[in-house]
Amino acid sequence: MSVTITLNQGSGGKQTHRLIENVFVKRFGIAEPLTDSALVRNRGMDIVFTTDSFVVDPLFFPGGNIGKLAVCGTVNDLAVSGAVPVCLSAAFIIEEGLPEGDLVEIVQSMADEAEKADVKIVTGDTKVVEKGKCDKLFITTSGTGTINPDQWHISIGERIKPGDKLIVNGSLGNHALAVLGARNQLSFRTPVISDCASLNHLIGKVLKISGNIHFMRDLTRGGLATVLNELAAMIGTGISINEGSVPIDDPVKGLCEMLGFDPLYLANEGKILIVARAGDESKVLDILKSDPLGKDSHIIGEIMDDRRSRVILNTVSGGKRILEMPSGIQLPRIC
Amino acid sequence: MKYIDEFRDKELVSKLAGHIKNIARGDLTFMEVCGGHTSAIHRFGIKSFLPGNIKLISGPGCPVCVTATSFINKAVGCSRLKDVIITTFGDLIRVPGTTSSLDNERSNGADIRIVFSGLEALEIAIANPNKRVVFLGIGFETTAPGTAVTIKEAATKRVENFFLLSAHKIMPPAMEAIIKDGVNIDGFICPGHVAAITGSGIFDFIPVKYKLGCVITGFEPVDITQAILMLISQVNSHDPKNEIQYRRAVTKDGNLMAKKQMEEVFETCDAFWRGFGIIPGSGLALKNEFAEFDAEKSFTFDVESKEDDGPCICGEILRGKKSPPDCPLFGKGCIPDNPIGACMVSNEGACNTWFKYSNNECNNYT
Amino acid sequence: MCLSIPARIISIEGNMAEVSCGGTIFKAGLQMIENAKPGDYILLHAGFAIQKISDEEAVETIRLIKEMKDAMNDI
Repeated sequence: MSVTITLNQGSGGKQTHRLIENVFVKRFGIAEPLTDSALVRNRGMDIVFTTDSFVVDPLFFPGGNIGKLAVCGTVNDLAVSGAVPVCLSAAFIIEEGLPEGDLVEIVQSMADEAEKADVKIVTGDTKVVEKGKCDKLFITTSGTGTINPDQWHISIGERIKPGDKLIVNGSLGNHALAVLGARNQLSFRTPVISDCASLNHLIGKVLKISGNIHFMRDLTRGGLATVLNELAAMIGTGISINEGSVPIDDPVKGLCEMLGFDPLYLANEGKILIVARAGDESKVLDILKSDPLGKDSHIIGEIMDDRRSRVILNTVSGGKRILEMPSGIQLPRIC
Repeated sequence: MKYIDEFRDKELVSKLAGHIKNIARGDLTFMEVCGGHTSAIHRFGIKSFLPGNIKLISGPGCPVCVTATSFINKAVGCSRLKDVIITTFGDLIRVPGTTSSLDNERSNGADIRIVFSGLEALEIAIANPNKRVVFLGIGFETTAPGTAVTIKEAATKRVENFFLLSAHKIMPPAMEAIIKDGVNIDGFICPGHVAAITGSGIFDFIPVKYKLGCVITGFEPVDITQAILMLISQVNSHDPKNEIQYRRAVTKDGNLMAKKQMEEVFETCDAFWRGFGIIPGSGLALKNEFAEFDAEKSFTFDVESKEDDGPCICGEILRGKKSPPDCPLFGKGCIPDNPIGACMVSNEGACNTWFKYSNNECNNYT
Repeated sequence: MCLSIPARIISIEGNMAEVSCGGTIFKAGLQMIENAKPGDYILLHAGFAIQKISDEEAVETIRLIKEMKDAMNDI
């Protein structure tokens, strides 16, 4: 049987990594650490460049739609690298039969979100394909931003030291479950709404208050657990997390219990992990909490003095375990 | 959340763990029968605060781990038929058959839908009258009554395109088979949600006949830690008995209505358990009067292989007789992303966790 | 096996209930439970209420553990 691509390879975990390494990285000759955005240093013109494709079913979900997502996602990828987002491109693959009203609503929310984030959508492309050749609408956005050379280190975490504190800007798992709920496939109703938001202004405030931000990453596909494992591997150090400090809303908790999901693996679209030098965590936390997009921020753990790349979770009940890299997508289970 | 958070309390767990350290003498091995317990033990890091002389091993109560290869082959065969929708709990999707899995068939275009309950599967059948909808019934006494209710609803509503492929099983015969097989354990952490339906009595024979302690246990860390303490006390007093730790959900008689539903629809049959072989009287098949809902009796489909024994030694691992590295496939053909045996499929399966942590899961955190 | 989670009954219609776990609402078949009423806590498994939860027993379990002497005192 010939090998085909499976959904698990798109889940953001180990299998995605293998796909990227084996198929893309070696052919494109990408040598830098794989981060959300690339730093392009060319004859004194330093820019940060990123791209992301957005597919979501359904197109509209509580808290947003695919258009808002496409702007926030790319803005956040730039901002977590320490860059100031400047402009975006937007490319649309549209399945024939998509109601024009839906498209208009989606594009309008892109425009609104871009205005909020203070970025311009400056170029784009449109293709319409036959019914069945794509699922209603796919959007790809690319973005560029400027970066202060002082912030180059952030995306690769090269200044991270043992004792550094880990902070998240609010409760996890809301986006993934809002989308799952909007699909109406499983019979539950949840008040959970997507956290989809552009975080560049929030991140700007953080970078202004502390010169000791050692790493940032948005907690999208694969969730906190994936980012922590990627970080541990990148810096070659252990990370310790206190499960009880990780903010999770009750309806998310309830839904996770019932479906057998772990919220630490669920996708977010308005949440970031910040690693700050020990001593700076309080002022970072204060500035985050003063913003609506960071009001539920928590310190969740720290970088260990341990040369083994692994993430140790101190569980709510006083146990310890390794928080693994996810493998494949989480499926509802009865056991 | 009520009945959840208070049973995860760190102080209570640590108090119980302290008592365990005080009274545990010599090496003791307890088997958690239920996959739900295996999962909770892993999730809450329970092994990390148990003393080194207490060993927990996983039993046959994970429906993923014990589902026969031939059952997956049947489901795969069914999914390849025209106009068939397979409805299943998410657990089964990745379990390997002889050369395929439901996950694989779905990638190749089969209509396979994950449902949360049998009633959802029935709704899909009602909404798609031109398709045959097959529900894959897996699970033990906890799950089987729900399937029974679903079949009765299908009968009442005369839903003619709804079918069951049953791999439902019952627990006590499997536990007895393990004991007879000579497993070396000092007691059972018994499945609380099975007992919530059946009542505590189904495990009474174990201390009486085999002098092994049983504690029917809930699924939160306080429950499991308390149950281990109770089992150690039983060992220390040389008084094996069948005790209930999970009192908030388990009574002596269990849920009579649920048992009645199950008895009306199912009868026991011999069933194949991956790794254990055929265990007489351990399966649940639809009674004759519901035969029209039995997928296997109602239509034919190709089944790749009815063989259940592969080269993997999952069975001996599940029975606590061998360790994952003893298997010729372990870490070679069989890895978490490409599992061959069921112990590698389940995220908490013995082979899966051994592969990920070289079995160092419970120490070396400092 | 058997993932089964405590949930509170919100409303009942015929033999189906809506139950809440942390604010997320699930459907629960009541075919196996007698005299269920809103406010009761049940164990939800695969779309069915499989048992009522006894608050008395839950409180008692916790109370007994709280009343145990600390392990260190026993040494």
